[in-house]
Amino acid sequence: MIPGPFDYQVASSVAEAIALLDQHGADAKVLAGGHSLIPLLRFRLASPAVLVDINRLRDLEYMQEADGTLHIGALTREVDLEASDLIRRRYPILADTARVIADPVVRNWATIGGNLAHADPANDHPATMLALGAQLVATGPTGQRLIPIEQFFTDSSFETTLQPNELLTEIRIPAPAERSGGAYLKLERKVGDYAIAGVAAYVVLDGAGHVTYAGIGLTNVGPTPIKARAAEQLLRGSTLDDAVIAQAARQAAAEAQPVSDLRGPADYKRAMVETLTMRALRQARSRATGGA
Amino acid sequence: MSIHHIRVTINGKLYEGDVEARTLLVHWLRDSLRLTGTHIGCDTSSCGACTILVDGKAVKSCTMLAVQADGRELLTVEGLEQNGKLHPLQEGFHVEHALQCGYCTPGMMMAALALLKRNPDPSEQEIREGISGNLCRCTGYVNIVKAIQYAAQKLREPQPEQVPAGSGGGGE
Repeated sequence: MIPGPFDYQVASSVAEAIALLDQHGADAKVLAGGHSLIPLLRFRLASPAVLVDINRLRDLEYMQEADGTLHIGALTREVDLEASDLIRRRYPILADTARVIADPVVRNWATIGGNLAHADPANDHPATMLALGAQLVATGPTGQRLIPIEQFFTDSSFETTLQPNELLTEIRIPAPAERSGGAYLKLERKVGDYAIAGVAAYVVLDGAGHVTYAGIGLTNVGPTPIKARAAEQLLRGSTLDDAVIAQAARQAAAEAQPVSDLRGPADYKRAMVETLTMRALRQARSRATGGA
Repeated sequence: MSIHHIRVTINGKLYEGDVEARTLLVHWLRDSLRLTGTHIGCDTSSCGACTILVDGKAVKSCTMLAVQADGRELLTVEGLEQNGKLHPLQEGFHVEHALQCGYCTPGMMMAALALLKRNPDPSEQEIREGISGNLCRCTGYVNIVKAIQYAAQKLREPQPEQVPAGSGGGGE
């Protein structure tokens, strides 16, 4: 299939991209890696009048820690996240996530910002960002604003709180505290497929081994990425022993809203959320206490 | 609808043309430039038959617009052979019988080339991961992995015939 007609504009700066978005409003779509957008255009599920190509904005490709925060440029390619020593060493949950997105060839081009801004409940970064408590930088005609990740997705699939004239420019993640750890686990039928279910878990422990922060995000088991708030609540203040992990995993499964489809019946997916949450929390605990 | 004049270096040669914004790169390569070695399989960036290198990185050319390639350097399967001599990957696919129908072969070789540039001595597992975005429906992957191992070894060997003339090559 061939996409319907559209105009194409290359942005040579963030300011130019925003000016183009401001000019064209909801008729424009941002073209980043394009590995979700171009198939949508081909199937004529999307028919924007204008594409604003931001692929030449090399100043949006970076990963750096500063002031207790990891800053990731929105155009950073998945392959670079996956290969980064900084990410592997300090943010293994992010490396876990990047390396199970689509396949290696797609990851050469696909971007972390696109994965989030597309707001597909089947995409992998949203759950991880929900678990980590990330903040997103939206840049618009009047400057930047920070959007906490839990306010980024709406109640509808494929929809965010970005305004049509705003560009997602950066992802901010709190630098890992001592005794913190996370993991992302994805069950997929084959390489390149979307998750049957995916679970991101992130915990911070105090010196006595009590949980001071718990984040759990779920992939592809509902109309939107899901933050399993009640499961997180169960974990806070606990000692993260196997019993509480099992209880939180059951709770996360209860918070999932899977539907039956070609990837399996709803009951099966719910059961997989429980299993994956248990495993992700155990791995997060292991990483928080110095293990791999 | 916008029309764009693009200049793209493909296999070392400069190509120019006018493309509609919506023209997919693989269609421009095949239909306008007649570089039909790059195949179209699934059309949805799943199968990898259309894999080429863009600025040295493997990309599925069914999921990129031709206009996005403006000013970039592309390598397609036609660019593997040099001076009538098969590339070690092509040789490996031949020697190890890594194909039956051959449909996936160009994309498979381009993905393998990108892998070997990044990792000249990959393990079997790394090869399998490296080509996991490329589907073969005939042979299974055993001989494809062998072909890539063949090429990896060959590419690691000193190749005196590729030393440019006048550089005093040949001696260790």
